[in-house]
Amino acid sequence: MAINKDSNGYTFGFAIALVVVVGAILAGVAMATKPFQEKNEAVKKKMDILKAILPKNEAEKVTRKNATAMFDEMVKLEDAVVLDINGKVKEDITGDAILDIDIKKEYRDKTLKDKDKSFPLFISTDADGKKSYVIPVVGKGLWGPVWGNICLDDDMRTIKGATFDHKTETPGLGAEIKQAFFIDRWIGEQITDDSGNPITFEIVKDNSGSEPVKVDGITGGTITSKGVEEMVNRGLKPYIEYFKTLK
Amino acid sequence: MSEVAEKVKAPRESLFSKKNRKLVTDPLTDNNPITIQVLGICSALAITVQVEQAFWMSVSVLFVLVLGNMVISMLRNMIPSRIRIIVQLVVVASLVIIVDLMLAAFVPDVSEKLSVFVGLIITNCIIMGRFEAFAMGNKVGPSLMDGLGNSFGYAWILILVAVVRELFGSGTLWGFPIFGDYIAGDGLYSLGYVNNNMMILPPMALIIVGIIIWVQRARNKALIEDH
Repeated sequence: MAINKDSNGYTFGFAIALVVVVGAILAGVAMATKPFQEKNEAVKKKMDILKAILPKNEAEKVTRKNATAMFDEMVKLEDAVVLDINGKVKEDITGDAILDIDIKKEYRDKTLKDKDKSFPLFISTDADGKKSYVIPVVGKGLWGPVWGNICLDDDMRTIKGATFDHKTETPGLGAEIKQAFFIDRWIGEQITDDSGNPITFEIVKDNSGSEPVKVDGITGGTITSKGVEEMVNRGLKPYIEYFKTLK
Repeated sequence: MSEVAEKVKAPRESLFSKKNRKLVTDPLTDNNPITIQVLGICSALAITVQVEQAFWMSVSVLFVLVLGNMVISMLRNMIPSRIRIIVQLVVVASLVIIVDLMLAAFVPDVSEKLSVFVGLIITNCIIMGRFEAFAMGNKVGPSLMDGLGNSFGYAWILILVAVVRELFGSGTLWGFPIFGDYIAGDGLYSLGYVNNNMMILPPMALIIVGIIIWVQRARNKALIEDH
């Protein structure tokens, strides 16, 4: 058995065999774990919507275990609507199908025309009959996608809660967008002016975030912060059109 | 080839022979990957803010290192020497992807917290270091023991640092409040105690590791290198 292990043939052969074997194993594991991951993501979506609606101390109590039950209780899917880019209601999508809309996928999909995209709006009514409107948004950060949920108060213009999340932003810098301190900077901002026209938010660096329309960015996370800015400004537009028709 | 043949004829060594046991115990103390070999420091800085993250990071590294060591050891006589580093990388990278997929499927909360750090296991020098220094030249059994030993050596330092940082930085352990509720200000906090925010910042991990190294070398003078 005289194989010359330093020969080019052996080296190439070994490399090819290794890649095929490793590729097959990875593909197998990915396929086997996919159903579990999808289930986890669906629950995560509900958790994020709940966290945007609830005040901070209650939002912390949302866990993977209780999220589905809480979601079913608080957010009635029959109240939810799906809009198109101009804020018109898409009547054909109702119920559970609204939850299945993957706005991240639609955002990524270059072949999908803007007018065909879907914009879900979740509505939660509390015991006093006050409504909260949850708007999912998606955009891009520095390394990958960023997304979030913006919750508006009963007046359809004041931000009362939000969640932001990301896939691969730098820990300690851009990744900080998911932290409470950054979300707090958005709370209380108004998304329209008094006559109902959209406001363009601006991420600022000069610590003037307390002024209306302005939100302080994150030091070292400028591109991610700007990504959130663009995401919010673009993401809210269809909903503002829709809210105009409600008033 | 004759050398290899001789090795095979040698009497089978028990997995728990004295020599093999030493492979596990040595990295815990006198040959610790973090404090003595100073490898894997990057992750010791990054994910020791909370004990839970440190624990899951240790479990992931244990899985990757033990399995990787065994795979490399099994292949050691087949791997062409010119591409051995690449082969080692492929093995680490695939194991890490498997860990990542598993975490995302079965412990999603942990997967979210570790996020990019799981990918960084690939760059954990302990793993490539053990492949190259040990698994390439030893049988599967000892490689398994070596992997276990080094992972445990890594884990206990990581968890110790995390305990110190979480306890004094956030006043919790594994998320459970130890000193009382910080936000409500009861328990120890009512006496004026405050959490040390320095602890949450990465430099403190380095300082704590430094203290561990100091204590260790003060106790065992043989570890002190003379320059």
